[in-house]
Amino acid sequence: MNIKDSFIAIIVLAICLVWALADGTAAQQGIGSALRLMTPLLLACLAGLYSERAGVFDIGLEGKMLMAAFTSASVAFLTGSAWLGLAAGIAGALVLSLVHGLASITFKGNQLISGVAINFLASGLTVLVGQNAFGLGGRTPSLTGAGRFNPITLPFADTLRDVPVLGPIYSGLISGHTILVYVAFALVPLTWWVLFRTRFGLRLRAVGENPASVDTSGVSVTRLRYAAVAICGVLTGIAGAYLATALSAGFVKEMTAGRGFIALAALIFAKWRPWQALFATFLFGLLEAIANLYPDLDLGFVTVPSMFMNALPYILTVVILAGFVGRAVPPRAGGEPYVKER
Amino acid sequence: MDKMPKWADVILTPLISLVLAMGISALVILAIGESPWVALTTMVEGALGSSYGWGFTLYYATNFIFTGLAVAVAYHASLFNIGGEGQAAMGGLGVALVLLNIPLPHWALALPVAMVGAALFGAAWAFIPAILQAKRGSHIVITTIMFNFIAAALLNYVLVNKLRPVGSMDPASARFPESTNLPALTDLFASIGIEWGRNTPANITFFLALAACLLVWVLIWRTRLGFEIRALGKSEPGAVYAGINPVRITVIAMLISGGLAGLMAINNVMGESERLVLNAVEGAGFIGIAVALMGRNHPLGILLAALLFGFLYQGGGELALWTTIPRELIVVIQALVILLTGALDNMVRVPLERLFLSRRRTGGAKG
Repeated sequence: MNIKDSFIAIIVLAICLVWALADGTAAQQGIGSALRLMTPLLLACLAGLYSERAGVFDIGLEGKMLMAAFTSASVAFLTGSAWLGLAAGIAGALVLSLVHGLASITFKGNQLISGVAINFLASGLTVLVGQNAFGLGGRTPSLTGAGRFNPITLPFADTLRDVPVLGPIYSGLISGHTILVYVAFALVPLTWWVLFRTRFGLRLRAVGENPASVDTSGVSVTRLRYAAVAICGVLTGIAGAYLATALSAGFVKEMTAGRGFIALAALIFAKWRPWQALFATFLFGLLEAIANLYPDLDLGFVTVPSMFMNALPYILTVVILAGFVGRAVPPRAGGEPYVKER
Repeated sequence: MDKMPKWADVILTPLISLVLAMGISALVILAIGESPWVALTTMVEGALGSSYGWGFTLYYATNFIFTGLAVAVAYHASLFNIGGEGQAAMGGLGVALVLLNIPLPHWALALPVAMVGAALFGAAWAFIPAILQAKRGSHIVITTIMFNFIAAALLNYVLVNKLRPVGSMDPASARFPESTNLPALTDLFASIGIEWGRNTPANITFFLALAACLLVWVLIWRTRLGFEIRALGKSEPGAVYAGINPVRITVIAMLISGGLAGLMAINNVMGESERLVLNAVEGAGFIGIAVALMGRNHPLGILLAALLFGFLYQGGGELALWTTIPRELIVVIQALVILLTGALDNMVRVPLERLFLSRRRTGGAKG
């Protein structure tokens, strides 16, 4: 990995370091909050990574997460089990993934329009069904106890607390998150391994760059793309379940609040690569945490309003897309339905 | 020729898609234990059964005509402008800045000045994604999505920190001067002695929207620029070979598109709320996508689709009022229309094409 590729990582670590030196306790609280806030972004970003690397653009990440948040919160409330909620969340997102697959793979339709439609479908259906089922204006009842994923304390977190530097990092930052946070982080090396070290990954990337060559070698383009879209569904499902059953205690109307689009932005920022996705979503998580902690950030010479912090991921993505800071080149066959030659 | 007749392509496929969308929505209503028939009659009664309903239906339709035309103009250049929402929001800012800062004694004077403000701000917001697409190849769908969010943050900032009157808690601008308020349609009817649509927001912007339909039709099919836009949309290499400058046409098409989206603000900001409020666009920019797809990017089709969505929007409000079905039903219908007319287009079209083909074959065999 050369210096240019670790650009985001260096920025993120620099922000953390400066923050920790300026105000240690606030930094510990803020970075911990950033880790929780980045988890849905990371999961959705990796979801988009699989789909788009296989040549299926997906601007419906937002809708799938929203649907998953709703189905997971509903089932978790009805059964009292967060794990069954997670399964329902994955199922909810998978249904919408199937719609996206039908539109963009089988019927060779416009993938962007399909994504837009899926976002609206989720936004409407969740409230329509939610209002009908629970009558709370689109909310689900609050989850308690086993209906939620609760923070887990890692081994030795308490004994290591007093060790200088490493102690607070381990017991204050790394320990004490829900299981889904660790799942999300573990998915980064796993995704890297799958994409760059397995046959499936090679084919998946090839189908996003040059589907005709994959077809020529006797591998089904359709099946590969459906597999990628299904993985995308599973990951957005986990992301949505995390939002509704771990980060908050239940579903609220439009609770994804643009996170699917920030994940999309992170995907471009990371140039469709898993490790960079980790740091890009970390950066955006940090921005959100900073905006939450300091609504009007006073940097001495200028006061940064929270609206600017909230808009920063989008602004940075436009700058990256403009190609002024390294060029983001999407998979070559992205967005194009594959039509077999006759 | 192995294609279906033009009328089937232009009228039949959107109609079948609409019927399918309505059918699926009816199933959804059944699934949540309500009656689709009651829902439909409530919507028709509420949106079209009285001049009051029509007043709202026409008001919403006016918004959707502008955003639908905005999507369509870009689409003819093969650009998918999802940024109508942000461009319309910025158009609102343009209207507010003009009306709050320039003293204009009469609405007839205020209207053209505000239109310039709305169109300029909308176009400016489309300009950056356009130039980035044309010069640097940045995907316009992603940049316009990002610009929607940036516009929302910017408006939030401006309304809370700059335009909010001293002492007000509400994130909204001050009221525009009384003299700049546009006449409502009900006033026009009253002046010829007819009582129509009391207390409805429909205003003379509706006629501007109709004029915009006509102008866009002239632009796309009767001018050199329109020809260049369509040529670029059909084939960029072909257009370049014909001596068309793709950068110039991309930027111009997006400026017109953004300007049209911005002009929506004349209806909702200047005509209805008479001040700039937070989230004034209320998703109309996105509905423009459904309207343009449904209307096959033709101004006449867009007019009809906008009326349909105006009806759905007002009917949806009535549904929420009189039944237990929330107005989000409309969002579901909107999603299904976008999905069926835009993405699952081939699902409807291909069987239809086969049907026409087989009918022609058997017809040929008989003759």
